[in-house]
Amino acid sequence: MSKPKVFEKPTGVKDYLPHAVSKLRRIERNVLECMRRWGYEQIITPTMEYYDTVGVASATSDQKLFKLLNQRGTTIVLRSEMTSPIARVASSLLKESPFPLRLSYHANVFRAFEEEAGRDAEFFQTGVELVGDPSSEADAEVIALAIASLKAAGVPSFKIAVGHVGFLNGLFGEALPDRPEEQENLKAHLLQRDHVGYRDALKKLELEDNVRGELEGILRLRGGVEVCEQALSLSRSTDAQAAIRQLCEVWEVLAAYGLQEHVLIDLTMIGDFSYYTGMTFEGYASHLGFPVCSGGRYDNLLAQFGRPAAATGFALKTTRILEVAEGDESEENRVLVVYGKESRREALHEAERLREEGLIAVTEKADALEAVLPELEAEAAEGPFVHRGMTFGSLVVYGQEEEGQQ
Amino acid sequence: MTDNGVLKVAMPKGRIYKQASKLFREAGLTIPEDFDDTRKLIIPVPEANMEFIMAKPVDVPTYVEYGVADIGIVGKDVLMEENKDVYELLDLGIAKCRMSVIGLPGWKPVIHPRVATKYPNVASQYFRELGQQVEVIKLNGSIELAPLIGLADRIVDMVETGQTLKENGLVERETLFSVTSRLIANRVSYRLKNNAIQALCDRLGQQIAVRG
Repeated sequence: MSKPKVFEKPTGVKDYLPHAVSKLRRIERNVLECMRRWGYEQIITPTMEYYDTVGVASATSDQKLFKLLNQRGTTIVLRSEMTSPIARVASSLLKESPFPLRLSYHANVFRAFEEEAGRDAEFFQTGVELVGDPSSEADAEVIALAIASLKAAGVPSFKIAVGHVGFLNGLFGEALPDRPEEQENLKAHLLQRDHVGYRDALKKLELEDNVRGELEGILRLRGGVEVCEQALSLSRSTDAQAAIRQLCEVWEVLAAYGLQEHVLIDLTMIGDFSYYTGMTFEGYASHLGFPVCSGGRYDNLLAQFGRPAAATGFALKTTRILEVAEGDESEENRVLVVYGKESRREALHEAERLREEGLIAVTEKADALEAVLPELEAEAAEGPFVHRGMTFGSLVVYGQEEEGQQ
Repeated sequence: MTDNGVLKVAMPKGRIYKQASKLFREAGLTIPEDFDDTRKLIIPVPEANMEFIMAKPVDVPTYVEYGVADIGIVGKDVLMEENKDVYELLDLGIAKCRMSVIGLPGWKPVIHPRVATKYPNVASQYFRELGQQVEVIKLNGSIELAPLIGLADRIVDMVETGQTLKENGLVERETLFSVTSRLIANRVSYRLKNNAIQALCDRLGQQIAVRG
């Protein structure tokens, strides 16, 4: 490849200009404040981790990790998500802290270049982990908090689809006992969202007709809580039944929160089977072709860091939410303070006073105040005005016999 | 993905569109006949509560992945080549053909094999899995020319009737997979417009079963 031109940057990374940053910061602030009110405390972990610890434990596939070598030749990864770093902290620095731990974060994470559409190499996630509580109450809490967070972020309309990895595991285990390869094959088709391939694979399997019909029927298990009842009648496997009962409990708690309108049950929703151990969910917003949040229960992760514990959580895809979140940053509280040389002291003091009041004050010395003033005052009289590319709500002038304001 | 309930359908222009609109009509959806030859790019079909986006076939999965179309109709060949993150919901059983390796009669292994194709990902993967080292050359059309003028010793391409091959003195050597058109859906639309998409799937599914 030729040497990059001066304005170029690596593929998949972005600059955020002031307008985008102020929106991003507002979302971040509102969401973290929302999480804080639910008792989640924010933590910060390093951008770099060891490949052999956090890298290996992470749900991100190996080829999507950014890897580098440190001076000693040890492989380092740029964090690809925040769940594994938090699991590491919960098992080490917070080892003595009693469960449950409620932790939140807002962080940039890194994924090596992917072919898929709309994916950046560096993006922001805001999320929580609830560690050490295996109950359905905890699962419902993180779903309810995900809904509250999406609202706090200003996402106007959205749905959360909830599934459970235990259902398909149990169902396939019962229908195809001692045929793990065939089970894996069916799961792989579902994971790739290839329903045609899934049905074709079923046709080729040696199965009783009614079992084949049931396995085909799972593609329709999407909707409200009635789906759980349909699912219960489909499988007699204890694992599948236990999974559905847990989902029903989660639904009951969500109903008590009064949040059913936002939630769908979707038993075809497949997370990563090797990572999630229970309930999983994804959030979808209108006018955005990609999910805005995802989460679930991962009871096996913390054991990899030496403190076995149940855990559940979610991450908002904050960079995506930036595209759909409503509410614009107001420029109303920005004041332009213009002064002549003789009035510098008063003007700078006034600016400081305005800042202490919580306003934004920008100062500008005018060499020929009389010449620029009429135009500025005329603009300012019409309400918010643009001066040198910046929008101001009001104007304060120092250095004239007659002080002009607004 | 939009809220107003209208289903945005990315339709492939040309050969597949004719067969797809015929299937839609047989399934009881009201799609006016005169659309078949229109040059408009966006066609409202209020009778079926849909909007057709007329796209180049190879672009259909892209529109659907980004969610600017809720669902789309596309050949399995394109899906295999493009490898997009979309739901593949239904085999429509139309536009049947197959992906094949084609060469001149009496082909023998050469020292530096070259394969010309419109489907470089499909071709590379196929030969990699066979453990064969080939140079894949991407062409955009008239693939059959490549072995005739010596650019490549074989090609990977779609075969429908085999007539073009016969006329150019080429023979099919191996079939990679058979190809039909598929109904695909965006990840978000599949959840937010579940009812409309499932209803369409059911109607089309019944009609496909009737056709056999």
